[in-house]
Amino acid sequence: MSKFDETPIIKDPAINGVLKPPKLREHASAEVRCYPSKPKDTAAIDLPTERVPDWQERAIAKFGELLEKNQALRVYMDICARCGACTDKCQFYLGTGDPQNFPVARAELLRKVYRRYFTPAGLFPDLGDAADLDEEMLQKWYTYFYQCSECRRCSVFCPYGIDTAEITIAAREIMASIGVSTKYVTEVVAKVYQTGNNLGIPPAAWKDNCEFLEEDVQAETGHPIRFPVDVQGADVLLVPPSADNFANTDTMIGYGKLFHYLGVNWTTSTYCNEGGNFGLFLNFANLKKVNARILQAARDLGVKTIIWGECGHAWRAGIMTPALNGPMDAFDPPYPYHISQYIVDMLHKGAFDGRIDKSANDDYLVTYHDPCNSARAGYLIEEPREIIRAVCNRFVEMPEGTIREKTFCCGAGNGLLTDEIMPIRMAGGKPRALAVKHTGANYLATVCAICKAQLPESMHYWDVPVKVGGVIDLLARALKL
Amino acid sequence: MPVLNLDGIQVDVDEDGFIQDPATWNEDLAVAIAKLEDVTNLTEDHWKVIKYLRNYFQQFGIAPMIRKLCKETGYDLKTIYEMFPSGPAKGACKIAGLPKPTGCV
Repeated sequence: MSKFDETPIIKDPAINGVLKPPKLREHASAEVRCYPSKPKDTAAIDLPTERVPDWQERAIAKFGELLEKNQALRVYMDICARCGACTDKCQFYLGTGDPQNFPVARAELLRKVYRRYFTPAGLFPDLGDAADLDEEMLQKWYTYFYQCSECRRCSVFCPYGIDTAEITIAAREIMASIGVSTKYVTEVVAKVYQTGNNLGIPPAAWKDNCEFLEEDVQAETGHPIRFPVDVQGADVLLVPPSADNFANTDTMIGYGKLFHYLGVNWTTSTYCNEGGNFGLFLNFANLKKVNARILQAARDLGVKTIIWGECGHAWRAGIMTPALNGPMDAFDPPYPYHISQYIVDMLHKGAFDGRIDKSANDDYLVTYHDPCNSARAGYLIEEPREIIRAVCNRFVEMPEGTIREKTFCCGAGNGLLTDEIMPIRMAGGKPRALAVKHTGANYLATVCAICKAQLPESMHYWDVPVKVGGVIDLLARALKL
Repeated sequence: MPVLNLDGIQVDVDEDGFIQDPATWNEDLAVAIAKLEDVTNLTEDHWKVIKYLRNYFQQFGIAPMIRKLCKETGYDLKTIYEMFPSGPAKGACKIAGLPKPTGCV
C-alpha cells in the first residue's frame, strides 16, 4: 500500500495544531472504492438488489423528495459561497491531497446535479455550474461520498454552518434508492435484522461470551461479576456496540465491574445487543428501523432505563431516538442516556468516593480521542475527560485544533471501516495519528468501537506506539471493588 | 464470484479471499491459503488455533471472542499475531475457512 503523502502535515503541533496542507494530487484517490453490495444483503433490507433500469429518473425523483422533506438540505444546496474555508479541514483531503476531497468539491458533486434539475441554472448547462446525473457523475458520487466519513469537521469551520455530512447522507440515500450501495454497510445492516448485532453474533454465542467473561473475570478479580443476558425486569438495559463482546472485551468488563460495584440489576438483550447503527450510513428507513430495536428490546424486557455503551454512531442515532421512534416517557429519565453521562452522574453523587486508586493507571500517559459522532454529533465532550481525570493521574491533551468539536475523525467512521479502502483509511487517519504522536501518550482512550478498530491500525501505520482502549476500561482498572 | 486457484484446487472466495462456503474447507486448503497470508509453515501451534476456530464456528456459527481464543488455546494476542501476521480475525479466520468478521472490528 502506498502512502499518499509522506510530508508531515502538522507543521508545529505545539502551536495550536497548525496544519500545513499537502501538495495537491489530482485524482489521487479516484480509484479507491468500496466493494458494491451483495443482492442477498440488499434484498434483506428493503433496497433494490441491483441498479434499477430507470435509475436516473428515480434518483432525481428521490433527490426532489429529500429537498421537499428536508428544508435544511435545500438551504445547504443554495447558500455555499465557495469561500474555501472548509478545503483543508477534511482529514481525507489532508491525507490524500486529492482536491475532490475538499468538502466543497465533494458537495459540488451533489450541488451541480441540484442546479441542473432543480434551479434555472439547469437551463444553461454550458456555464459549468450544473451537470447531468450521468454514469460518470454517479461513479464520482459512489467514490467520493464513500471517502467522506460524515464527521462534520468541515462544518465547524463553515461560516454559513453548512452541515456537509447532511450532503453526504443525502447522496448515499439517493444512491441506495436506485440500488447503489456498499457491501460493508449493507451486510452489517442485514446482520442486525438476522442476529441482533453488527458482528452477527447469534444468541447462543452471545451467552457463551458472557458466561466466559464471568468465569474469566471472577478468576482474575475474585469478585462474582455478572454479564447478564435477557434478564426480564432488570432495571437497566445496556446497548453496547457488539464489538465490545468480541474484540474490545476490556470495555465489556468495564461495564460489568461498574454495575457490580454500584449494585445495579442490568442486562443485555439478544434481540438487540447492538447500539451501533449502520442505517445512519445508508438511508433513513434503515436508520429508523435499526434504532427502533433498542426501544423494542427495552419494552420486551420491561427495563426502567436504557444506557448506550461506548459507540459513536450508536449515540448519534441514539440522541435522535424520540424523534425517530417516538416518545421515551415510559422510561425513567434522563434519556437517551450515555454510559459516560451515567458515570459522571455517579461521580457527582459521590458513588466512587474513596474507592478509586488513580495510581492503578500510572503506567499510562493517557490522551483522549473525541470520536466525531460523540463529540460533534452527540455533545459528549467533557464527560469522558472528567472520567479520565477522576481515574488517572497522567492525562495529556492533543493540540487544541484537533480535539473537542474540532476533532479529527479516526479515518474510518460512518461506513469506511472496510479493508478494501485501506489506503483511504490510513491517509485519513494521518492527522489524528500525528496529533497523538505529539503528546507522547501511551494510552489512547476513546468511546467508539469504530475508532477502537481503526486507531490501532492507523497508529501502527504511522509509527505511533500507543495502546488504544475505552474510557470505562480505565475506570475499571482504578475502581476498588 | 471470484475463484481462487490454490495449488490446483479451485475454490469460490469473496473479494478478500475468504472461502465462501465454510463447509468446503479442508486442511489442504488451509495450507494453500496460509501461503497467501505469509504463513509458510503451519506448525502444531497454528493447527491448534485453526482447529479451535473451526470447532467453535461449527458450534456457534461465528468466530470466538478474541479473549476466549487466547485463553482456550493458551496463546496471548501477541503470539497469535506472530503466528498469523494479519491477526486473529482476518488471518487466522481466513486460514481456518471462517467468514470474515464484519462490523466495528
